[in-house]
Amino acid sequence: MSALSRVVRSGVGRRRVQTVVIGLVVMIAVSASVLGSTLLVASNAPFDRAFAQQNGAHLTAYFDLTKTTSDQLTASAQATGVAAATGPFRTASIHPVDDKDQPISPLTVVGRTAPDGAAVDAVTLTEGRWATGPGELVVVNDGRFPPHERAVGTVWRLSDLPGSPTLTIVGEARSISATADGWVVPEQIAALATSKADGGYQMLYRFAAADTAAQVDAGRVAVEAALPAGALTASRSWLTTREDGSGDTALFVPFLIAFGVLGLIMAVLIVGNVIAGAVSTGTRRIGILKALGFTPSQVVRAYLGQALIPALTGAVLGVILGNAIAIPVLTLTNDIYGTSDSGVAPWVDAGLLAAVLALVTATAWVAASRAGRLRTVDALAVGRTPKAGRGQWAARLTARIPLPRPVTLGMAHPFARPVRSAAIVAAIAFGAAAVTFSFGLAASLAEVQATASHGDVVIGTGRPTQGTPGGDPVKADREPSRPVVTPRSAQDTAAIVKAITTQAGTSGYCGVAQSEVTVAGFAGALQILGATGNSCSSGYRMASGSWFGKPGEIVVATPFLTATQTRVGDTVVLTDHGTQIAVRIVGEAFNDDHDGMQILTAAKTLATAEPELFYINVEHGTDPEAYAEALEPEIQQFDAYAMTENIGTPEIVLIINALTTVLSLMLATVAALGVLNMVVLETRERVHDLGIHKALGMAPRQTIAMVIASVSVAGLAGGAIGTPAGVLLQRTIVTEMGRGAGYHLPASILDVFGPVELVLFGLGGIVIAVLGALLPAGWAARTRTATALRTE
Amino acid sequence: MTLPMIELRDVTRRYGDGPPALGDVSLTIAAGEAVAILGPSGSGKSTLLNLVAGLDRPSGGTVTVDGVRVDELGEAGSAMYRRAKIGMVFQFFNLLDDLTVADNVMLPAQLTGISRSTAQRRAMDVLGALRVDRHAAAYPGRLSGGERQRVAVARALVNRPALLLADEPTGALDSASGEDVKQLLRELHADGQTIIMVTHDLSLANSCATRTIQLVDGRVAVDTARESAR
Repeated sequence: MSALSRVVRSGVGRRRVQTVVIGLVVMIAVSASVLGSTLLVASNAPFDRAFAQQNGAHLTAYFDLTKTTSDQLTASAQATGVAAATGPFRTASIHPVDDKDQPISPLTVVGRTAPDGAAVDAVTLTEGRWATGPGELVVVNDGRFPPHERAVGTVWRLSDLPGSPTLTIVGEARSISATADGWVVPEQIAALATSKADGGYQMLYRFAAADTAAQVDAGRVAVEAALPAGALTASRSWLTTREDGSGDTALFVPFLIAFGVLGLIMAVLIVGNVIAGAVSTGTRRIGILKALGFTPSQVVRAYLGQALIPALTGAVLGVILGNAIAIPVLTLTNDIYGTSDSGVAPWVDAGLLAAVLALVTATAWVAASRAGRLRTVDALAVGRTPKAGRGQWAARLTARIPLPRPVTLGMAHPFARPVRSAAIVAAIAFGAAAVTFSFGLAASLAEVQATASHGDVVIGTGRPTQGTPGGDPVKADREPSRPVVTPRSAQDTAAIVKAITTQAGTSGYCGVAQSEVTVAGFAGALQILGATGNSCSSGYRMASGSWFGKPGEIVVATPFLTATQTRVGDTVVLTDHGTQIAVRIVGEAFNDDHDGMQILTAAKTLATAEPELFYINVEHGTDPEAYAEALEPEIQQFDAYAMTENIGTPEIVLIINALTTVLSLMLATVAALGVLNMVVLETRERVHDLGIHKALGMAPRQTIAMVIASVSVAGLAGGAIGTPAGVLLQRTIVTEMGRGAGYHLPASILDVFGPVELVLFGLGGIVIAVLGALLPAGWAARTRTATALRTE
Repeated sequence: MTLPMIELRDVTRRYGDGPPALGDVSLTIAAGEAVAILGPSGSGKSTLLNLVAGLDRPSGGTVTVDGVRVDELGEAGSAMYRRAKIGMVFQFFNLLDDLTVADNVMLPAQLTGISRSTAQRRAMDVLGALRVDRHAAAYPGRLSGGERQRVAVARALVNRPALLLADEPTGALDSASGEDVKQLLRELHADGQTIIMVTHDLSLANSCATRTIQLVDGRVAVDTARESAR
């Protein structure tokens, strides 16, 4: 074994703690980087990637089966501009009910023998299996089943068909082209059609050129021309699907990019700091090696080797760990984006390994070269402790602080190594920012969620539908549906209001009448809610302006203002049942019902305004469940029911919260490991001083207090920097998420931190620092005084 | 008969499988004695001093100092013991470079929990008594070797310990500074301070010690107290 190898081996072996710390820090940092990079890759044009992964359909076309044949449709694949086609598939519209006879939103189902392998729209099976025989159904994975409810195994009945046949859900699948709500085997379709003319054919086309609406339209015209006139009944361009889908994914892109970037920056910072620190502590040893005849280049190579061995081990383990963590995270991003990413891209792993090793090499090279260039006598003299004179001013200042002396001694330590301390402050700041951001994002999302609830109890008419989102066939609609309602008489309304107001525990109520109006200068009908009662603003958060106070005033959401090119204070003309009403926009609320196009006003603004729904707020301490049960007998005679309003947490919020928690914990761990490494280095460097302190009578607890105090300053500074940075990040990201979805967010969604929380998060930096310092502090306390004193 | 201040009974200290650094050493030292421990390198001098200071624990036997069984103390207990009863002076001073002279001297007092002002008063008293009070605000790096050792002695005495332990107190000093330290130790002994010093320096032993113990291979080869008793 050469002298150089022996030096490297003994260096790695003798400094076991440092070797383990380097390996551990690199491992976690690389894991965080793998995850961060994966998120960045996953967030890069997710729709386009998902579309490419599934060979998405540029045109989804529906045909009348009485006007064309299967052969003609197959031949349409030869139409000008068609690059590939799949189909024809028979389609049918079904109206299932669940096991409690509750109606489920209608579904367009397509008869297909297999999910993938198709030249166009290779559907991804996400759960269960594909349908293999009649009576089996695969449903689209679009969030219609809440995360806690398993779709596979659910049985639906088709009560409108002869014999009320059943369909058992055997799988869930994802189609980025949104070509169906469900799939059955082809031979099932005929049985699902209520008449011979029911349903039709579906063809899926990819065109040679489909980047613009004109190109897709040209393809559609070519297909139409190749078939009998009037055969094409409907079609959908992939550009429309992409536009619809981008609203949801746009919410996540800034959030995931922020975490990805945070992870990468922290990894660079911590790894650089750890390696530079490891080499600098070896300065005296470098002096000895040079005294023995090692050349500067041999010294540099020896220290490169010492840094690279644990770093390489840590990096490889980190890649493995990062890949393991990334798989469940990718499952979540697949759910969000509709992509089918199965693992971390190999180039991400390879690139990160190369980058980390290059970073380690560069950092170690710079630090070792500096040490290697030192004159031998100086290197020997430098020893372990920081140069005398550094941080003396801090020691002088802290000595005057009226705290126990071990604490004030520790507080001065970071100032002896200002560059290293600054790097640790930065690492803690990143960790504190990540935790603050994580909490803020969760609080903002909870506030967004709270805007969906307008009361504790709701009164409706008829039987309520539960759970499953409604929506147009084929086009996924993720909005929770309102209970089924029918208009009632004025007498009934008055009686219900009386029942509500006389019921014990009522805090306030709001009766809501629904209608449709048109807005001058805007095409299409919009839903308008006419409200009456004393708690009608409940749940609505104002972004600007105020809640309506009298008839003729309306409150709208940002998408309405954007679409109608109006602003708060403007007057618009509504047409309600043929009557024109001039109304003034007095407020902008956060309201995502009907894609933010819903209009809110006083009931008296509308021509007919009998409430169909009542939202009731109960007094503090009243159980909504018991309240609803007590109220129910009073309103049953009006064919009304009372139920608690249970909005539940949408899957998308659960996903964000889960991702946020995982990523924050990882970043906080990396920060704590950075602190651990610093304290290990500091303790090694100061071991002789430690021996002096102990010889003078410093007890183990006082030693621990001194070490903990030495990182508390960095923790406090990191928290003081990181917390505002986290708040700023949360505000920026949430604002961007709102902007991506087309909303101007109210202050209540952005301002989620109170002064107490800010102080607590500021102190979070100290928690990270203390957690990182505990282990080496214990080691310092246990160090034998005689051994420490012998360490020069 | 006065009770011994220090009593070592059959003390052995082994490191690993090799021969003992100290083997079956038994001795007593009375209050007010100034004892010099002599011997070649590896004879067990520093081991003996560390055992008395509670910095190390014997492999066998007992160490009792001023009524305290030092060999039975844990880490926290031995720290309290050192604060209360021991002052230590080292060959290379072991002053903390980032603290001023005054802060160095105050440190052992402050570790006992007394206020800064009380510690400061005590430190200035002892610095004054050792004639280095004019350097109170300076950092140790700016003092001469003799001055540094005076500061180290001041630090050792700030808690008014029953026992002063000195490990080669003149080993790192030039002859003028060495003389200065010898004079200081003589004065302290004259004031009744019990002192144990480990040294290679025969002139230090001869000028400052009332008794010398010579160690060879971890055993007491010569003890002038025993010689005179015979």
